[in-house]
Amino acid sequence: MIRFLVKGLLRDPNRSVFPVLIVGAGVMITVLFYCWVLGVREDITRTSAVLDTGHVKITTKAYGEIPGQMPNDLALSGIGRLVPELFRDCPEMDWVPRIKFGGLLDFPDDKGETRVQGPVLGMAVDLLTPGSTEVRRLNLAGAIVRGRLPEKPGEILVSEEFAEKLGVDLYETATLISATATGGMAVQNFILAGTVRFGIGVMDKGTLIADITDIQYALDMADSASEILGFFPDMNFDEVRALGEKTRFNAVYENIRDEFSPVMTTLKDQSGPGEYLDWVDRWIFIFIFVFILVMSIVLWNTGLMSGIRRYGEIGVRLAIGESKGHVYQALIGEALATGMAGSILGTFLGLGFSYYLQEVGIDISGMLQSAAILFPNILKAKIGSGAFYIGFIPGLGATVLGSLVSGISIFSRETSQLFKELET
Amino acid sequence: MEDQILIATERLVKHYPMGKHLFTALNDITITFKSREFTGLVGPSGSGKTTLLNIIGALDSPTRGLVRVMGQDTGTLSHKQAARLRSIYLGFTFQTYNLLPVYTVYENVEFPLLLLDMAPAQRKKAVLQALEWVGLMDKQKSRPSQLSGGESQRVSIARAMVKAPKIVLADEPTANLDAANSHNILQMMIKLNEELGTTFIFASHDDKVIGYLKRKITLTDGKVVEDARMDLPEGRNTC
Repeated sequence: MIRFLVKGLLRDPNRSVFPVLIVGAGVMITVLFYCWVLGVREDITRTSAVLDTGHVKITTKAYGEIPGQMPNDLALSGIGRLVPELFRDCPEMDWVPRIKFGGLLDFPDDKGETRVQGPVLGMAVDLLTPGSTEVRRLNLAGAIVRGRLPEKPGEILVSEEFAEKLGVDLYETATLISATATGGMAVQNFILAGTVRFGIGVMDKGTLIADITDIQYALDMADSASEILGFFPDMNFDEVRALGEKTRFNAVYENIRDEFSPVMTTLKDQSGPGEYLDWVDRWIFIFIFVFILVMSIVLWNTGLMSGIRRYGEIGVRLAIGESKGHVYQALIGEALATGMAGSILGTFLGLGFSYYLQEVGIDISGMLQSAAILFPNILKAKIGSGAFYIGFIPGLGATVLGSLVSGISIFSRETSQLFKELET
Repeated sequence: MEDQILIATERLVKHYPMGKHLFTALNDITITFKSREFTGLVGPSGSGKTTLLNIIGALDSPTRGLVRVMGQDTGTLSHKQAARLRSIYLGFTFQTYNLLPVYTVYENVEFPLLLLDMAPAQRKKAVLQALEWVGLMDKQKSRPSQLSGGESQRVSIARAMVKAPKIVLADEPTANLDAANSHNILQMMIKLNEELGTTFIFASHDDKVIGYLKRKITLTDGKVVEDARMDLPEGRNTC
């Protein structure tokens, strides 16, 4: 009997091919959407961590209250002692000091007068120590558009867009005009070693990257840094571990009433990415819930229509002597088979497209010309473990549910009524 | 051998809701059908023919009254028991044939036997015999869409007869057929009735069917107005 029913199922495209395709399409969209949202979330997290927040960040308590102003007069001092302590207490993480600063970058003419100048947002990182993890983490080698990475003190990188706008060439002298940590005027000459493009709108407008030792000297910040960032080795933000590290670190300084004492925050604590990630997580949940609900209704309807379309056939089978329970079981069995086949097909296709988007992504730089947040120009999907089963919720669940509901009418109607529906 | 009573109805009433009112499809029907009968329920549309046929076939239930089929009170049967009754004792043919379109002729005829859990070899023998009865041995692998109306109805009869049921209920079996095909079908049914002893009960208002009946029950407005034994028409060919 099972063989007989399977034969019928395979021969009737309205019962097998079309439902499988519809379920497959719905599941594929669900999986793709899930991976896409996951990828965008991870891109944003990673970008924020690498360029701004780290997975954890240590600043002074005072600096931590107004980080957007880059108040280097409130910077951390004694980092020569603090960083080794961090490596000792938490050796699995990478700890790096950075200085953030603002200023004007001035390019003089032959007579030493200003030829062009523009505002820059500066980031001082360890560029020159052999084996520096910052060069790799920021992917500076990959971001180089012209020139090369700084190889000796006094060399800087600027964003390509900034260099183009100002019309400056490689190896020109550039003068940084800024403020020292003590409130004085800082003026320091550098050589433009190369230009970079990060693929992040806000970073590509006017960023200056210099070695931290040069900037410590220029801004009178010896043994100081705006912040110390901590990164997990796999570069994935682990909220639980980050929270544990934060609790451990802050406990040491908890009773110190000094506004210059250090405090650790996690990526999620920091007002920009933290709030954003909370917002993204909330909307991911809502989007996925609504999307799965919509797909479930569509696929439930498919199961329902498939059942209703077959009232006539069901009537004949009942007349021939098949029991209602057996017909109902057969309908659900078919829905399980088509739902499973469609879910597997859709998951496979969804994972395929997601893999493509994970590797290649979609370039949205055109939409981010005036963006002021750290947002990657190329959005990529990410295949998470949920992608392997999330499509089965609408694909299998809703299809079977549709058949369960449509099949109930087999019991609720007079058998003879099924014939009338066949004949009309 | 004395003919056995296969079906008995007693004061059978069937109402259908029609808007706020009830439509009486059957009104106090008391009637019996014996084995080997070749009986027609005749009457105009709406007279209750199909309703009576459906109730006898346990496809519908009466509002009041009693129906016994093969000694079983169909009003007390569960869905499963009613299905079992149909599966063993009853065969159906329909005006629109109602063949399962995705299956071949052979498979359509085989289907009732699958429900009886018959062994494959026995099943094959029975299917081939049924196809031989209706003269469709050469169409075994055809799909219903490849058959003419007459051929489709013959498949429908083979499907009804393959399990050698005691009773075949035929609802307007010739309504969609031309005269030649109608006569062929009816002659085949007469032959099966006489050779296998199967009871045929028709619902029909086709004069061609009426000409073949051994018993004619006329229904009007849900009531039996005439129950008559018929003389065989002269020269009726049962071969």
